[in-house]
Parts: sequence; C-alpha cells; structure tokens
Amino acid sequence: MKRCKGCNGYSVDDKMVKIANKYKGVKGGIMGALHEVQDEYGYISEINQKYLSDKLGVPLSEIYGIITFYSRFSLMPKGKYNIQACMGTACYVKGAEAVIKAFKDNLNIDVGQVTEDGLFSLESVRCIGACGLAPAIVINEDVYGKVTPDMVPNIIDTYRKKEATK
Amino acid sequence: MKKTVQDIENIRTQTKLSMKNIRIMVCAGTGCTSSKSQKIINNISKILKEKNAEGISVEKTGCFGFCAKGPIVVIDPMEIFYEQVKPEDANEIVEATLNNKVVERLMAKENDKFVERWHELNFYNKQKRIALKNCGYINPENIDEYIAVDGYKALEKVLLEYSQDDVVKIISDSGLRGRGGAGFPTGKKWLFAKQVEGNIKYVCCNADEGDPGAFMDRSILEGDPHSVLEAMAIAGYTIGAKQGYIYIRAEYPIAVHRLKIAIKQAKDYGLLGKNILGTGFDFDIELRLGAGAFVCGEETALMNSIEGKRGEPNPRPPYPAVKGLFAKPTLLNNVETYANVPKIILNGSKWYSSIGTETSKGTKVFALGGNINNVGLVEVPMGVTLREIVEDIGGGIPGGRKFKAAQIGGPSGGCIPDSLIDTKIDYESLASINSMMGSGGLIVMDDSKCMVNLAKFFLEFTVDESCGKCPPCRIGTKRMLEILTRITEGNGKEGDVELLEELASSIKKASLCGLGQTAPNPILSTIRYFRDEYEAHIKYKKCPAGECKKLMNVHIDPEKCKQCGICKKTCPVNAISGEVRQGPFKINPEICIKCGACIEKCPFKAISK
Ligand SMILES: Cc1cc2nc3c(=O)[nH]c(=O)nc-3n(C[C@H](O)[C@H](O)[C@H](O)COP(=O)(O)O)c2cc1C
Ligand code: FES
Repeated sequence: MKRCKGCNGYSVDDKMVKIANKYKGVKGGIMGALHEVQDEYGYISEINQKYLSDKLGVPLSEIYGIITFYSRFSLMPKGKYNIQACMGTACYVKGAEAVIKAFKDNLNIDVGQVTEDGLFSLESVRCIGACGLAPAIVINEDVYGKVTPDMVPNIIDTYRKKEATK
Repeated sequence: MKKTVQDIENIRTQTKLSMKNIRIMVCAGTGCTSSKSQKIINNISKILKEKNAEGISVEKTGCFGFCAKGPIVVIDPMEIFYEQVKPEDANEIVEATLNNKVVERLMAKENDKFVERWHELNFYNKQKRIALKNCGYINPENIDEYIAVDGYKALEKVLLEYSQDDVVKIISDSGLRGRGGAGFPTGKKWLFAKQVEGNIKYVCCNADEGDPGAFMDRSILEGDPHSVLEAMAIAGYTIGAKQGYIYIRAEYPIAVHRLKIAIKQAKDYGLLGKNILGTGFDFDIELRLGAGAFVCGEETALMNSIEGKRGEPNPRPPYPAVKGLFAKPTLLNNVETYANVPKIILNGSKWYSSIGTETSKGTKVFALGGNINNVGLVEVPMGVTLREIVEDIGGGIPGGRKFKAAQIGGPSGGCIPDSLIDTKIDYESLASINSMMGSGGLIVMDDSKCMVNLAKFFLEFTVDESCGKCPPCRIGTKRMLEILTRITEGNGKEGDVELLEELASSIKKASLCGLGQTAPNPILSTIRYFRDEYEAHIKYKKCPAGECKKLMNVHIDPEKCKQCGICKKTCPVNAISGEVRQGPFKINPEICIKCGACIEKCPFKAISK
C-alpha cells in the first residue's frame, strides 16, 4: 500500500503504483496508463484518477476529460459479464437491433446499465471486426456469431448456470 | 541477434526451402478465430505429434478473405482448400494429408466440381492480391517467413541503393494514392514531409479503422504486420525521421498482439532500432492504442490522442507535414497504403501503375458485408465495376432477394443504387456519382432495407461520434437526426426533405474536420436516389421496404386464416384476439408491437405486414 502525499490519506494498491511508475515521463503516457487501469479494474475510480494525476503531473480535470471522451474508458464498474452487442453496419444490416432488444428485455436493463445483481452489463459497440459472423456479440472474451433474438435466453442462461455452480 | 545483409539472405534461402514442405495453414484472423480456429490448430498439432509426422507442420496464417466459409484451412504447397472446418475434423485432415489424399467433404464445390486450389474459386477470379499478398501464405508471427517471401528486401534496397529523392520519385510515379479515404497522392505527401526542415520528424500509421463494417486494415495487420513495419522504415528513411508510431484500435487485440511480436522480432534482427543493417540509419516504432473514438481516425485528432489528450481535431493548416505530432513535421499514412509500398519498391513504379485506371492506380481492398453471399475481404484492381464485385466475387444476394443499393465509404460515403451498379470502382467515377471510395467498407443491401432508416442509422453513428468541438457538426447532425427520426416514425412534415438538404449543405461547409464535412453524405445520397421513399414516409406514412416499425401494420388475412390460434399463443403482448374455429383471428394495432413473431409462426402464411 502506498500513500499519496497531500491526498487526505487515501491509498492505492501495488498494481496502481506499478502502472503509474511505468508511464511516468513517457510522452503522452496518460493514455497508456488509463488503458492499463481500465483493463485491470474494469473502470477508473476517482482515487486512481487522483493518483495518476499526482504521479504523471496531468491535471485531474484533464484526466476526467480524457476518460469521458473515449468510450472505452468508464467511470463506473461494469457487470461481471459485459455483453457487447455490435452495432456496426454489417451487424445492423443483419438485424443487430432485434438482438439488443432481446438482451434488454431479458435482463431488464437498458444499454449502458448493469443488472441489480451486478452480473450483467449491456453495451452497444462499434464494429468488432467479426462482420463475417454478423450479427455478432462479445461477452467478456467469448465471441458469438450469427446471433438471433431467440438464442438470447440460452446465452444468458449459460452464464447464470456458471455462476450457480460456483 | 542483429543480422547483416548476408545473414538475412541466408535466412531467406533456408526458410524458402523449409516452406516447400507440406504445411497445414489455418486462418487465424479474428473471424475464423471466433469460430474456433485456434482449437483446430491445437488439435492438428497434437495429432501431428502423436503420429510423429515428419515434414508436415501446422501454421497459423492471415485472412484468406473468404470469411463467409470460415474457418478455412489450406494445405500448402498444393493449396488444397477446406472450408467450414471444425476442430473434430483435425484427424481426418491429417490422415488425408499424410496419405496424399484430400477430404472431399470439406472441399468447396462450384458447378458440381470440386475446387482443387484456393485460387481457382470464383471468389478469387477477379481479385488481385497485392496488399493482401502474404495473407494466407505466411505465418505472421514468424519474421523468417516474411523474409522468405522477399520481406525487408525493399528496405535493404532503399538503404543501400536509393537516395531519398529516388524513393519519392518511385512512389510518385507508381501513382499510389492514400487508402485511408481521401485518396491524396502518397508520393506528394512524402515529398512535402521530406522537404520540410527539421531535426526531429515522425512517421505515423493510421490503424484506427473506424468505419463500422470495415476490417481491411485489421486483416493486413493480423496477416502481414511486417509489411507495414518495413514500409514505415522506408518512409522514415525518405523523410528523415527516426521514430514511428502506429495508432491502433484497442478493439483489435489479435492485431495488437501480432504487431507487438513483429516489432520485437524486427528489433532482434536489427531491422528496426539503431544502425539498421549496418547502414547507420536509425528507426524505431512504438504502438499507441486508441480508446474507441471514431474521430481519432482524423489525422490531427489522432495526433492529439497520441500526445495523451482528448482526440479532438485541429483546424488545418498547419498541415501535419509542417506541424504534426508533438508539433514536429509528421508523415501519416493508412495501413493499406503502407502495405503497398514494399511491393512497389521491389517491382517498380511501372509495374504498379500498369494496374488500375488512368487516375486510380493499383488495387483496393474492400470489406464486403451485409446482404451478400460471400461476406469477406476482397482486393480488386481499380476500375472493376460494382456489379463484378457484387455478382461475380460476392456471389449475389442471398434468399432470392434483389440488390437494392450498396453503401460505400461508411458513414462518410454514399449509396450506389441498382441503376448505377455498373459504375467503375475508382476515385473519380465514385466521386462523379456523389459517392466516395472511403476506406473500404462495402455494405450490400437487399430490397428489404429502408433507405431512410439507413440514413438514420449512419446519422446516429455520427451524432454519437461527433467530438463536440465545432457547433455545425455537434448541433447540426443532431437536428438532422431528429428530422429523420420523425420521418421514420410517421411524423414527417411537408418540406422535411428540403430542410434536410439545406442543413446538410451548411454542415458540409462549416464543419471543422472531415467527420462533420462528410456526415451529411449518407442523407444526401439516399435523398438523391431514393427520394420517393422519403416522400412515401412523409406523405403516405408508408415504409415501402416494410422496415420502419412505427409505420408497419401487421394484419391477418381473413381468407387465409385457418383459425388455428397459433398466432395468439405466440404473441408476447396479447394483441391477438379470437377463438379456435370461431372465425378469423384479429390483431389489435394499439397493442401490437410489430415484433413479427406471429408472421414467422403462422403455418398458413396468413399474416403479413
Ligand atoms: C472522421 C474521420 C475518420 C477517419 N478515419 C480513418 C481511419 O480509420 N483510417 C485511416 O487510415 N484514415 C482515416 N481518416 C483519414 C485520415 O484523416 C487521413 O487522411 C489518412 O489516414 C491519411 O492516410 P492516407 O493518405 O494513406 O490515406 C479519417 C478521417 C476522418 C475525417
Ligand atoms: S459490423 Fe459487427 S462485427 Fe463488423
């Protein structure tokens, strides 16, 4: 645990210290640092923003500006299983809207929201480059191709079951 | 270890020999990977080990382009083509290969005959692969194989034999134009960047590929990353830069991974880094990840993002050649543009300029998608017609439907209607029909697609991606989207089309960057070619293609209804009333959500929209 001077005694973990050290002094390093924080924690917390601001010498307001500009960075945690439904042109033409709607109805959340149990979140994303399999969705690392609305309950169930057996 | 020119030549000769052995090439592009091609590789490799199969290897390779039939496996050097391979097929493939046989079950059939070699497929007939030349032939994670197919020979030639001016002349004479969208002559760009005074200059590669539905650059980087590195080093030598940056989307993990491997291997061999091939030339390349903002594909926004800022564009001039990355002179080209460079250096500008049309030389890669049979990646010589791409290469429209239009150039491009399907694909011909080449997205639409809704789809994209810096783009696109939305919902007003045209023209003129300047294109081109469809929505509250839900009316034909009640059971919102065998069923339009479930389920096809 490392204490950051002048930040009223909050602390960050060792991984954060490592990330900050790696990008200290790198030209334009803040982008790289934010990518790593996002990958590590699934979002970029206020404390971690403050810490990066201190360490890399970038004003907090600027960091906040960067995070909110790029859609890959988020200020809030995502669900354990993050469902990314592709809304690229190829997927759109092959019926991605209906697939998203099926997820919304089934999970009872809107795009950009997390289910109450924190298990699922739903995002609509730009082309994921699997246009050959349109419409495509990605759940964490798994890619599903040629998805139809009636496949959706089954897909969600696989993850629910996975959780139940844990 | 660092290599000399002689070392590299030795590696080339040796690897060429070993590549003559039987090699089972498995596509490891994003498409095929998501349909389990890694598992195929693992299985084959395990079986090869068990059987102690000498002289046969399994390799991952780049995209063959025929994504519709993936995962694809090719047996080299015979080029036997297997499609839709499953991990369970591994054993059969190895067995057949060991016994000099083929697995007919997995081979493609055309006109009732098996296709023996992959180049003989109709799909490849009208294609010419230059930028994609090595995709499918080499293992992108092995620099030796790239060297074996004459990789890094162009860099060697340039460093040892050519002056900076020689290179500029070759690239200029070849007629190569930027493949990132605008089609600016590459030789001219290199000349400007070379002429500007400056001790520190940068070479950048635009791998942000933001056009949704496009994956040309991704496939090049996944299948042949070294060709881009080699070209960037050549560019560095030509303009006098020592540092290169590749700005790539974080959404392309496989491409990022392969680039990292390639950069490391090139550094180990001394093909990047200090004193390259003992010539005293230094050049290094670093990766920078994008974070999901379309506007970062615009050159000034991209450089802001590399600098660690919000990716907002700056007004030009100053152009990047004068004041670019970190305020230094910068050369920026697209991935596909770079991929052509080593081949031009090796084969000469005459060879390249002999391909294509008068003003558009060479080839262009397109990501063919949408309502088309052969979804995939195609590379065609400039000047082929859209019809050739759709019918001969793409294999036509599935489901017995009709070609309605193709959208080329994504959200900045325009649509090409059926009546212009014989238009040649080159910069000038496309501009003359108010469309544009764009970066290579080519989406085909059949007659079930509503063009007003399509324009709305692209506008939603630009509204979402507009960075907000300049008001015409930020506010103007939003207003256009509102108008389009009300048209598709049946609330369009007389004069809306004219209003859209007026807004479009001011947004085009007043926006800061290419995003806003081109955002109205999909609207203008759909109005131009499908004005009647707009009119039908506004005047008659009808969507001729039957896609706009709010304008749809689902009804049951009382003549055809056999009163079975299946539709009533299917309806998720209880909008259907009636009793079995008590007269035809009825839909209450107030409750109906137009999901279409009953249409699908009705055994007598009595329900339609
Ligand atoms: C909104 C916007 C998005 C762009 N996206 C890309 C892109 O994804 N890839 C690309 O190479 N060029 C893109 N461009 C074009 C670049 O600004 C630039 O012209 C190009 O990368 C130059 O390389 P070239 O001359 O080799 O084509 C985009 C331009 C605009 C205005
Ligand atoms: S449009 Fe969905 S993967 Fe490309």
